Amino acid sequence: MKYFKALVVGGGLAGMRAAVAFNMKNVSVALLSKVHPLRSHSIEAQGGINAALGNHPRGKFDSPKLHGYDTVKGSDYLADQPAVLKFTGLAPFIVREMESWGVPFSRTPEGKIAQRPFGGAGFPRTCYAADKTGHVLLHTMWEQVVKYKTYAERKNIQIFDEWMVTRLIIDAGKAVGVVAMNIQTGEIDAFMAEAIVWATGGMGRIFKNTTNALINTGLGMAIPYWAGVPLKDMEFVQFHPTTLLGPNILMTEGCRGEGGYLINKDGERFLANYPDSSKSMEISPRDIVSRNIQREIDKGKGGYPFAGGVKEGPFVGLDLRHLGEARIQERLPAIREIAINFAGVDPVYEPIPIQPGTHYAMGGLDTNENGQAPEVEGFYAAGEAGCASVHGANRLGGNSLLETLVFGKIAGEHAADYINAKETSVMTSKGFVAEVLEDEKNRLKELKNKNGKEKHAKINDELQQTMRDNVWIFRNEENLTKAYNKIQELKERYKNIGIQYKGDVMNYDLIWALEVQGNLSVAEAVVAGALNRKESRGAHFRLEYPKRDDENYLKHTIIRWDGEKAQLGWKDVELGIWEPKERKY
Amino acid sequence: MSEKYTFKILRFDPQTGQAPYWQSYEVPQLKEGMSVLDGLLYIQQYLDGSLGFRTSCRAGVCGSCAMHIAGTYRLACETQVKFLSTTTITVRPLSHIPIIKDLVVDMTPFYEKYEKIKPYLMPGTNDVDEHHERLQSRSDREKLDNIIDCILCGACYASCPMTAADPEYLGPAALMKANRFVVDSRDDNVGERLQIVGDEHGIFRCHTAFNCTEVCPKHLDPAGSIANLKRKHLSVKIMKVRPQ
Repeated sequence: MKYFKALVVGGGLAGMRAAVAFNMKNVSVALLSKVHPLRSHSIEAQGGINAALGNHPRGKFDSPKLHGYDTVKGSDYLADQPAVLKFTGLAPFIVREMESWGVPFSRTPEGKIAQRPFGGAGFPRTCYAADKTGHVLLHTMWEQVVKYKTYAERKNIQIFDEWMVTRLIIDAGKAVGVVAMNIQTGEIDAFMAEAIVWATGGMGRIFKNTTNALINTGLGMAIPYWAGVPLKDMEFVQFHPTTLLGPNILMTEGCRGEGGYLINKDGERFLANYPDSSKSMEISPRDIVSRNIQREIDKGKGGYPFAGGVKEGPFVGLDLRHLGEARIQERLPAIREIAINFAGVDPVYEPIPIQPGTHYAMGGLDTNENGQAPEVEGFYAAGEAGCASVHGANRLGGNSLLETLVFGKIAGEHAADYINAKETSVMTSKGFVAEVLEDEKNRLKELKNKNGKEKHAKINDELQQTMRDNVWIFRNEENLTKAYNKIQELKERYKNIGIQYKGDVMNYDLIWALEVQGNLSVAEAVVAGALNRKESRGAHFRLEYPKRDDENYLKHTIIRWDGEKAQLGWKDVELGIWEPKERKY
Repeated sequence: MSEKYTFKILRFDPQTGQAPYWQSYEVPQLKEGMSVLDGLLYIQQYLDGSLGFRTSCRAGVCGSCAMHIAGTYRLACETQVKFLSTTTITVRPLSHIPIIKDLVVDMTPFYEKYEKIKPYLMPGTNDVDEHHERLQSRSDREKLDNIIDCILCGACYASCPMTAADPEYLGPAALMKANRFVVDSRDDNVGERLQIVGDEHGIFRCHTAFNCTEVCPKHLDPAGSIANLKRKHLSVKIMKVRPQ
């Protein structure tokens, strides 16, 4: 059994920022991650990070408050406004801090941090480093972790990479530790701590057609959910309008921010034909653009014309050709490389075939504006895994990188203060933790010894397909019910899986089996929430209820695990200075 | 397009006590644009759960899946099988790094060398606090283009003849990282970094074989970075130029 003052679970931007926050407050911290932090999904973010710096000539009058307004409006008024104001208020500080740590942002002619327009934003506010913003932020954050862990004269930051957490331990309403498995050796151990920051990222892999990394399964959210931390607003899953046909790799919103067009098989900029996108066109918010692309594809107008003829299929064209090779190479070099490597299309000469795909979970583990779980003492969540309700029903592009760093910092600092003020220690729960550790060891052993006929990979494939077919951009009662029933069937079948490989070292057979278990529970929560919300708001669109219904549904969905399935509840939205009104762009 | 492929994989499991051996798997054409990673995942999930390899982003940016594929070092995720001009695809782990299991190698020495060069901005007199924005001209920022794209996948390290000959040699990735800070106008500690990379396990161990530049999946030029460090180092040492 190991003991640290603080634990961070997850090594992406949010987790590392939290670890640095602990270190700055001189609190010893262990960071556990199932992959090396440099391999985290934050690295795939491309377009940028929002902050009202006012560096763009058209952004002089921007302010954190206006950034807040855009965020609340984008959320379809489901965001908690006090949390949003805190979030956008910290943004300029966070971006300058990252620059001071060495992030190579692209620059304006005056040498300031460059900003570009993004969907749903009143001003060009998205700070960027070409189209590799997540990559440079993650690498710089890791550099800072290396600096602090190696050279700072403060308490330890210890990295446990390739340690996979499998269980959260809560004793009498307090988070006291986790059980984790060393993937390289199979060793299973308990880590106790006075506070835990959960930063395991999103769950896009419960769907087929997602921009998410292979590691972004439901398990990260499922572990605290099983232990008693409720999930919030899980039905709100963002569909990114532009993901590459085939592997669904993200084609950043920056493509459109830089002036790219969306065209159908007739070469027409079809967004003009839909009232909700006719004004802002390509830089309308993501939920609106995704729906209109899907409508266009459903009408049989998917495809694009180019010099080689017309391509047709379940996609539309992301046309960058008019930007010219020089600008594409300067602003969107990775997009060009990905399009060439993965689709055989050079955007200088041909539109990129794109379709909507799941991208981001607006929902997550229920927290308040400090990243703190209201019902479990000592438990915090940050980044995509958490839900402080700053995105509500739809997140604006450029706000997720910001969320990782803002809430990593806030949660880490708040938890550090909590630890420093604490008079008791979780070590009184040592006996209980030892029991749970034994129990978890037995559970994992039993799972590994399973020799049933079902393949967990097959169950996962079927789950992803069901979610893709029935819980997609346009939802209805019939399809959602179908998905719910299918998930119950898959849960039954999961009981009869087999694990082929019984070894301890790098047992990915066991790891995937655990991931699939997480996928099933979180997918069920998404479907249950979607069935229960009989309105259309932000990314959640119900064909039978196409209008937003503030009278009945201006509230957060809360989902609890009862040991077998999802139980639904509600929670009030914290409004503030902006009254809900119709969302028009 | 072939209907099926043979994946010939170097297997090793430390728990069996058996020496590394080759094992072949038949994998069908899974989809248009099938990658080597798609094939490996198919083997792991449907044919043989014991196969170990690292993966994460599947989009060529996280650096998890560098391995030796059909004759050279590449990322499994961005290598499409149809471009390999063979239907028998040989896959083995990165060289010059201990194998943990199958295609999974122990990257610890690689990361330790990265840490040795003090891989973080040391702004010195260029320091700012978070309340003020530091400026950098576009031309200074351009010097960082490409060099910051390194994903630390280890392909260069595995291809380098010197990492095999001298286990303490810092290697192309760490040295390019050092150069990334040396050329950054915001960094103010060139002298210390040149000292770190200038010992007998540093830049002068490089024999300019260009393997690193040849294999880099991001098309970067670690050999060029090392040349720049050598030039700077010599100008400081021999010409007595002040480091800057």
